Amino acid sequence: MSGFSTIWTFLSRTRGRNRLDWADILSYGYLLVGVLIILTPVFWMFMSSLKSEGALLASDPRLLPYDHMKVELEGFRKPLSLFFLTKDDGTKEEVAFVRAKGLNAVVVKPDKPSEPFEVKRSLLTPKETVNPHWENYTDPTLGTSLSIFNFPRYFFNSVFVTSIATALTLLINAMAAFALSKYRFRGQKAAILIIIATLLIPPTVILVPLFIVVKYFGMFNSLWGVIIPGAATPTGVFLLRQYMLTLPDELLEAARMDAASEWKIFWRIVFPLALPAIAVLAILSVIWRWNDFLWPLIVLTESEVFTLQIGLSTFKGELNDNTHYLLAMTVLTLLPVTAVFAFLQKYITTGIAGTGMK
Amino acid sequence: MSLRKTSNSPLSFIRQLNPISMLIRIVMELIDIPFKFIQRQVGINRMAYLFLLPNLLIFGLFSFWPMLLNIYISFTSSETTKIAERPWVGLENYSLLLDCPSYWVPKTCNVAGYSFWTGLWNTLAFSVIQVPMMIVFALMTAIVLNRKIKARGFWRAIYFYPVMLSPVVVGIIWTWILKRRGILNILLKDLAEFRNSISTIPGIRWIVAGLLLLILFLVIRRFWNSKNSTFRMAGIVACCALAVLVVSLDWATMIEAGRYRSVNWLIDRRTSWPFFWVIFVYSWAHLGFYMLILLAGLQAIPKDIYEAAEMDGTPKWRVFSRITLPLLMPTMLVVLILSLIKAFQVFDEIYVLTGGGPGQATKMVIQHIYEIAFTGETKQYGIAAASSILLAAIILVFTMIQLWLTKRRSDG
Repeated sequence: MSGFSTIWTFLSRTRGRNRLDWADILSYGYLLVGVLIILTPVFWMFMSSLKSEGALLASDPRLLPYDHMKVELEGFRKPLSLFFLTKDDGTKEEVAFVRAKGLNAVVVKPDKPSEPFEVKRSLLTPKETVNPHWENYTDPTLGTSLSIFNFPRYFFNSVFVTSIATALTLLINAMAAFALSKYRFRGQKAAILIIIATLLIPPTVILVPLFIVVKYFGMFNSLWGVIIPGAATPTGVFLLRQYMLTLPDELLEAARMDAASEWKIFWRIVFPLALPAIAVLAILSVIWRWNDFLWPLIVLTESEVFTLQIGLSTFKGELNDNTHYLLAMTVLTLLPVTAVFAFLQKYITTGIAGTGMK
Repeated sequence: MSLRKTSNSPLSFIRQLNPISMLIRIVMELIDIPFKFIQRQVGINRMAYLFLLPNLLIFGLFSFWPMLLNIYISFTSSETTKIAERPWVGLENYSLLLDCPSYWVPKTCNVAGYSFWTGLWNTLAFSVIQVPMMIVFALMTAIVLNRKIKARGFWRAIYFYPVMLSPVVVGIIWTWILKRRGILNILLKDLAEFRNSISTIPGIRWIVAGLLLLILFLVIRRFWNSKNSTFRMAGIVACCALAVLVVSLDWATMIEAGRYRSVNWLIDRRTSWPFFWVIFVYSWAHLGFYMLILLAGLQAIPKDIYEAAEMDGTPKWRVFSRITLPLLMPTMLVVLILSLIKAFQVFDEIYVLTGGGPGQATKMVIQHIYEIAFTGETKQYGIAAASSILLAAIILVFTMIQLWLTKRRSDG
């Protein structure tokens, strides 16, 4: 034991108060590596989504979206690709590629299209420009390509599910938490027990019967089939109840003296006072609902009711070679989340950190 | 909490006018009318039942009733979703899943049993490897972020960012990185070529050895200044031994990487890479959440304990093992159980990333249930329900442990 601690003191010795010691350097190094592992894939995804189909098929490893330049010349039906020809003296000249001939290539000078000549193919380097292909984004969304990604529809469905489900969750969970924290009634223990018991039934183990129940209520292929079954969350009820227990009962008594109805007491007094806890539940609910996948995958089978996640995974299944569209649509799907997170990250991270303490 | 500050902002009067808040206000006033009526009939105290009603209704209809149905369905067969028309088959579904010569070798079972046991063993292996690995990294990150770090909010936000991404997006991003001609293989190939080109530099062996000797020299100097004499001697001897090793090794061949062969990370059947990447990607997407909870746990440890330890001159390593770890234990246990329950239900990321492949190498038990019930040509709801019941039993054990732990925590 003492050996370990000696090594520890030896290694953790600092040189001065304001200077970076090795532990600081290690910390920042560790954080930086982690950030690279987290951000590089997303960034690479974005850069790839701007590339042309050809560049993606060829697995062009360069960061920027390069395009091979082409030129239309008299006497040739198709546009010809431009190359740089390295001459014997090392200077470079622009040529247009006509066809391959063994190890050689038949090329023409752009200003003299009628005089083809042969050069070694190894002397040619492609002439390229940087050209971001924004049409990867517009083609599938505007329906100008064969594969269609109805972004506005999916986005609307996702927003609808997320906002309605979250509003519903907040309201009914707060109501239940209010009842469990501010009243004494027969069966209170039983109600708490029932809610704890639902913790034991995660939705993943009741997929089949839940599907049958939802179908029975006519909510198959309806957004309500996604919204309603998950609206009551045991976690939410407990989170809010713990918070409401800390609110003083005198407030309620005073309001009752003033003849406020119970609903008004809940809505005008307890709900606003519990806002910090409600905000946390709202954040959690939005994350859960926006990213929900398995249950919508079962309930939603028609493209009119697809959420973004289901739309994207179906889009992935339909495409074989149209990677350029898939990458662009993936970026499009992660954009709203990224934008919201960029603005609200402080509230989201501190809010979630707060749940860990409860 | 700071969220409430917004209500005092100069924009608040605009919010009073905005249609959504108007609508909410009207709806709330409307709800008040029947509630007032009922309150007059039943009195104040029984209003609690009314407030509980919507929650219990949803729990009842969409959790308890399905759970009971699940048990019933697991004893029936056929493709219909009409409960009354499903023929009773007794334990047949269970025997399809459980009649195996050996549970350890799923191949010996019939089709459904094969899929179930493969999924179950994969899920177990996944949970046992993924959970400790992720917690170790989450703890390391939390500890680093709990130091006096500049821009802590920034680092914390970046580490949390993948939690916000949906599983489908995560899956597609990593499929793109990990394909055979993807960026990871290209980078590794470049690295191999770089190593090869360095290894051909004449005298590289002695350049590397020299650099390492220089570092060793710096370390020896610090040992030399150490007050503890046995420690000083041990350190110097160890460094000298290392020096001999450094000089005797042929660094040129150690640097040389040979020709790099691209690996098909997610498809190669002969390796365990697909399973590794499934674990890696899942942890990549979820680490931030547990890191945040551990960080909150770390920050809740009273500062004066650390100050007292510093006054006593307690070594940092001992502060960590005797103060930080024991006081963090309750948070660690909650994180452990939460992530175990989550890992047991893993589906989304893996379904998009590998689809359970190659073969059935990364097929998890939820995917087995999903496919048997919903994607096959014949929809075998009975077998899926029976599988769910068996899975529920396992999750039940975990959840009981969690409840017991959290209860013990709130009591103590």
